[in-house]
Amino acid sequence: MIYVVITFLWASILLYLLMGGADFGAGILELFTSRKNRRKTRKTLYQAIGPIWEANHMWLIIAIVILFVGFPGIYATMSVYLHIPLTVMLIGIIARGTAFTFRHYDAVVDEMQYVYNKIFVYSSFITPLFLGIIAASAVSGQINTNATSFADAYIFSWLNLFSVAVGFFTASICAYLAAIYLIGETKLVPDERQRFIVKARSANIAALVSGALVFIAAEIENVPVKNWVFGNLPGILAIALATASLILMWYLINKGRSVVIRVLAGFQVAMILFATTYIHYPNIVVLDNGYLSLIEHQGHEKTIRALGWALLLGSIFILPALFYLIYSFKRKKV
Amino acid sequence: MNDFIAARSQMALSLGFHIIFSCIGMVMPFFMAVSHLYYLRTGKPVYKNLTKAWSKGVAIFFATGAVSGTVLSFELGLLWPEFMKHAGPIFGMPFSLEGTAFFIEAIALGFFLYGWNRFNKWFHWATGVLVGVSGLVSGILVVAANAWMNSPAGFDYVNGQYLNIDPIAAMFNDAWFSQALHMSLAAFAATGFAVAGIHALMILRKRNVEFHSKAFRIAAIFGTVAAILQPLSGDISAKDVAKRQPIKLAAMEAHFQTEKKAAFVIGGIPDEKNKKVNHAVKIPGVLSFLAHGDFNAEVKGLDAFPEDQHPPVAITHYAFQVMIGLGMLMMGLALLYFFALWKKKNWLFSRWLLRLFVIATPMGFIAVEAGWTVTEVGRQPWIIYGIMRTSEAVTPMPGIVYSFYIFTAMYLSLSLIVIYMLYRQIRMVGTLYDVPEKDTEPQNAPA
Repeated sequence: MIYVVITFLWASILLYLLMGGADFGAGILELFTSRKNRRKTRKTLYQAIGPIWEANHMWLIIAIVILFVGFPGIYATMSVYLHIPLTVMLIGIIARGTAFTFRHYDAVVDEMQYVYNKIFVYSSFITPLFLGIIAASAVSGQINTNATSFADAYIFSWLNLFSVAVGFFTASICAYLAAIYLIGETKLVPDERQRFIVKARSANIAALVSGALVFIAAEIENVPVKNWVFGNLPGILAIALATASLILMWYLINKGRSVVIRVLAGFQVAMILFATTYIHYPNIVVLDNGYLSLIEHQGHEKTIRALGWALLLGSIFILPALFYLIYSFKRKKV
Repeated sequence: MNDFIAARSQMALSLGFHIIFSCIGMVMPFFMAVSHLYYLRTGKPVYKNLTKAWSKGVAIFFATGAVSGTVLSFELGLLWPEFMKHAGPIFGMPFSLEGTAFFIEAIALGFFLYGWNRFNKWFHWATGVLVGVSGLVSGILVVAANAWMNSPAGFDYVNGQYLNIDPIAAMFNDAWFSQALHMSLAAFAATGFAVAGIHALMILRKRNVEFHSKAFRIAAIFGTVAAILQPLSGDISAKDVAKRQPIKLAAMEAHFQTEKKAAFVIGGIPDEKNKKVNHAVKIPGVLSFLAHGDFNAEVKGLDAFPEDQHPPVAITHYAFQVMIGLGMLMMGLALLYFFALWKKKNWLFSRWLLRLFVIATPMGFIAVEAGWTVTEVGRQPWIIYGIMRTSEAVTPMPGIVYSFYIFTAMYLSLSLIVIYMLYRQIRMVGTLYDVPEKDTEPQNAPA
């Protein structure tokens, strides 16, 4: 049963990165849209994510619940040492979710919209930035459990070149996913579509550049990222496949195959996540002096069993409903 | 303010706001579904307009409830890591199920809000009902988790070790039923009265009277029925608390000395130093009856427990008094309303009755906050009753006080925006909702 739980944990992290990521990315794209096109972009964006954004957000809750029910020691350690970035991410989540709702349900459209928009776009950027920082800090061995000063224990655990680089990498991946997703949403509006194609390309380049920065930062901070990704066959394979699909993507992006490019983009992100987590498995948090392993730090047997069943039963209800929701609002696109 | 107090304040603040957002988000879908049903049955546009207007409220409160709930699931770890380390695997079961319920709610809400004229009308209606039902289920599950902190079950505590964990037994702890029942009824009563009060005010001001009258009736029925049932569940809770947490009951009633034929204390100022209550009205025997069903039964006082286990008596006592007082007032108004329904048609929309409802608008939510204070403050100094002290659970990270300031500012501004938005929704009723059928799409409505 522990493997069921771990699979769900990994899947919900991936789905949050894909669906929630595209959601955040939409806000980032809006941030980088020229003023004259912003209104139009906002409309496309709203039509695309309006019906499903609440659901996208749920994957984070599932992941966190799995973590604190199934792996309480790991959850507690992360909560203590990554308190500050977690808090910033939370503030981002609150600001973003409420601003998104407010700007569409406010009965009067006036200058308040300006405030909602500002909050929405900036928090859309900050949240994935810190999400990436948290993930990088968890696996890079920067958490020092023996630290004696406040800064060592609670600041430098996450505020370092490597974590920040991963943060920017995450944000640009989100923008990339969103742009690819939105290309398919704008079939009937050619100029809008063209703009998303350009955005997808620039986001892709941003992701490649920040990805390169991650490697450079890793060298400086002595984080063995090179080993993680290239030190083992599955990792090399995953990266090779991702690269191949990226080349295919650049070729297909103009061809109007919106489903194919979505699948490719999702595949690339899944491969990156796979390559970086495979080598660590079953360790999820790497400390300066050891590991917190999913296997060694799992909760009691009965808990894991109950959690596994809850997840399996839950997915029987959730997945069909979610697919039907997405399908329903894809079908009749205007 | 030290870090421990800051952590407690931040938790109290987050829960205090979440409880209001989520109660409304949980109950309003039912109002919306009833109005929607009337529309499907009668075809009257006013009900469709009302359904749409209320669904805006549902969307706003669902979003604020969802994000504030997300914050709480992280804050449990951020503020109380030592608690979560041990308690997570034991009381986590309801949270994992709640994830499912909440997910379904989010999906159903997507269908409902964007599903007008897209689906079979009964399917569309059912998704609205599902929003309410799954919201209620997640509310019950979260309360079951909180109940575990009051009534730890599903494990053996041996020499500081948590052994033989049984998450199912933990979920069905002794307190879950009475707490969940009390909280659900409270949510219905509070939201019903609050919504009815706002619509009553609009009727009094003669704005869109037909629209607001329909709204008032639906909300008032939910609120008043819940308010009449609530004292019954209160009685179940009292007997339950007397059995499980006698020290909490003693604090609620500022009952310092163990005695038979214990008096029910109304009002008064507890004097913790001299262990007595001043200026209170005391009704002999009633506390014994409420707690044990016998006027002569012995009720344990605070003196039966070591001092270092006493909860803050004054806060618990005042909060309890506020909850009971407001509950009684609401029940009185509910009875009056039923009398009006039954007896005199012309009473129903008489100005004085509507005015009473306007006055009652905030009562339910003040009672909810007070009741929650009784449960939480009354459990102190324990985070897991009788097992772990709150002070042992707090995060080692210093500087929590700044985090408390940030969250306070955030929740305050969030609440102000929500209130401002509701005010605008209500002010715009005439333009957006109470209009002939063909113009019912507000301009900024989702496509």
